[in-house]
Amino acid sequence: MALAREESSPLFAGTVAGTLRLILYLALAMVLMVLDHRNDWIWRLRNATSVLVEPVYRLASLPAAGMRSLSVAFSDRKLLTEQNQRLREDLLLANAKLNRMAAVAQQNERLKELLDTQHTLDLNVQLARVIDVDLGAYRHRMLINIGSHDGVKPDQVVIDAHGVMGQVVEVMPRTSLVMLVTDPDHAIPVVIERTGLRTIAYGTRDGDLLSLPNISMAADVHPGDKLLSSGLGGRFPPGFPVGEIRSVEPAASGMFLEGRARPAADLDRSDNVLVLHDLAEPAGPPAPAAPVGPPASLAPAPGASVAPPPRANATPASTPPATNNPVQP
Amino acid sequence: MSKPRISMAWFAGTLVFAVLSMLIPLPAPLQPFKPYWPALFLLYWSLESGERVTLGLAFMIGLCADLLDGVLLGEQAMRLCALVFIVLRFRSRLRFFPMWQQTLAVLALLLNDRVLLLIVRTFAGDALPPATWWISPFVGAALWPFLFLLMDDLRMRLRIQ
Repeated sequence: MALAREESSPLFAGTVAGTLRLILYLALAMVLMVLDHRNDWIWRLRNATSVLVEPVYRLASLPAAGMRSLSVAFSDRKLLTEQNQRLREDLLLANAKLNRMAAVAQQNERLKELLDTQHTLDLNVQLARVIDVDLGAYRHRMLINIGSHDGVKPDQVVIDAHGVMGQVVEVMPRTSLVMLVTDPDHAIPVVIERTGLRTIAYGTRDGDLLSLPNISMAADVHPGDKLLSSGLGGRFPPGFPVGEIRSVEPAASGMFLEGRARPAADLDRSDNVLVLHDLAEPAGPPAPAAPVGPPASLAPAPGASVAPPPRANATPASTPPATNNPVQP
Repeated sequence: MSKPRISMAWFAGTLVFAVLSMLIPLPAPLQPFKPYWPALFLLYWSLESGERVTLGLAFMIGLCADLLDGVLLGEQAMRLCALVFIVLRFRSRLRFFPMWQQTLAVLALLLNDRVLLLIVRTFAGDALPPATWWISPFVGAALWPFLFLLMDDLRMRLRIQ
């Protein structure tokens, strides 16, 4: 037995066959890498093998889930009471805010209807849980536990309670991969809340910040300014918080100001996230607004007649109540 | 089950465990300290039963790890192949090293692995990783004696090859 082993791994000289085999395998690996880099094979392969891959992810996330439930099981009674108290206060506050918001939302709804826009405030969302899996330490992606079986499609926007988190990039039957706004490959059109300045927030390679590399030198941007999604480009719906400017300094080129912003969403703490099902309006100019003017009933008849038609002919649909039409001349 | 069956199952089980450990998330501050488990377990097995570990096996494990990790297909396959090749080549010598020398050799192998990874990432167009990226091989080397003794002890107790 010992002799056989010595033969298979000689003490000093290596065998030519072994080296050849190594070269073969290394070449194979390189070919695979190049092909994958060009064609993005790995995701197709992962899709095909998702029946095998997904249980492994669930298995790997078990220790983290176990730690979490353990920490709940063994947490202090006092701590829980305190937490409960705080949550109760938060709930009250949130309810109060919600009541106010409801009034504002109603008002907003009315005004928007008046302006004849097609925006809606009620969001069609789906709750998803983040699967805690380490997908490489320096990649800004996460897995969520819903996939194509639950109606998720690529390009859907993912938000949490505080703001935009990212977008779905890959969908498997039961899980999907979300690219976070801090990913170097990610960009989101934003508008600065205070001034209305439009710009684009990119992810950065280092750290969990957003970068706004092309703000013009004369622009009025200060640390603390809030960033909202602008809805341009049609991928992200407008009006969601994206981040808050941390610092503004001249870019290396000297042509622009470069802003750094902290994402509004809790990218590394969120447990539950929302997947938006309402895709934003398609790109391109908005549909032509319906003509706003005096009610059709007041318009002169197509003939040369100047006299208004009798009131009794007007249908209720074409004559909105007068109180709803403050914008009309 | 017969003895060879059990030892085969144990062998495969440790490798599956290694790949799973790679996926288990750690709190963010501990993240850079995570050792490259598949490499450590493959190292152990290629030192202890070199006839079972072949380049093909390393390649397949690397491919599985790539598939699970979602990195470039073939990246880990290449790294593990290179690692196993070096270990198998110097196996007879490495086995008779005292533990501290063996640990240093493991450190060198893991650092070499990181350099390979760096080369691949650079070709793929990624930025240079932060300095904390280099901690992982040292953690792996520091864990090596414990891993080695633990696995040896378990093998003795289970009386498997």
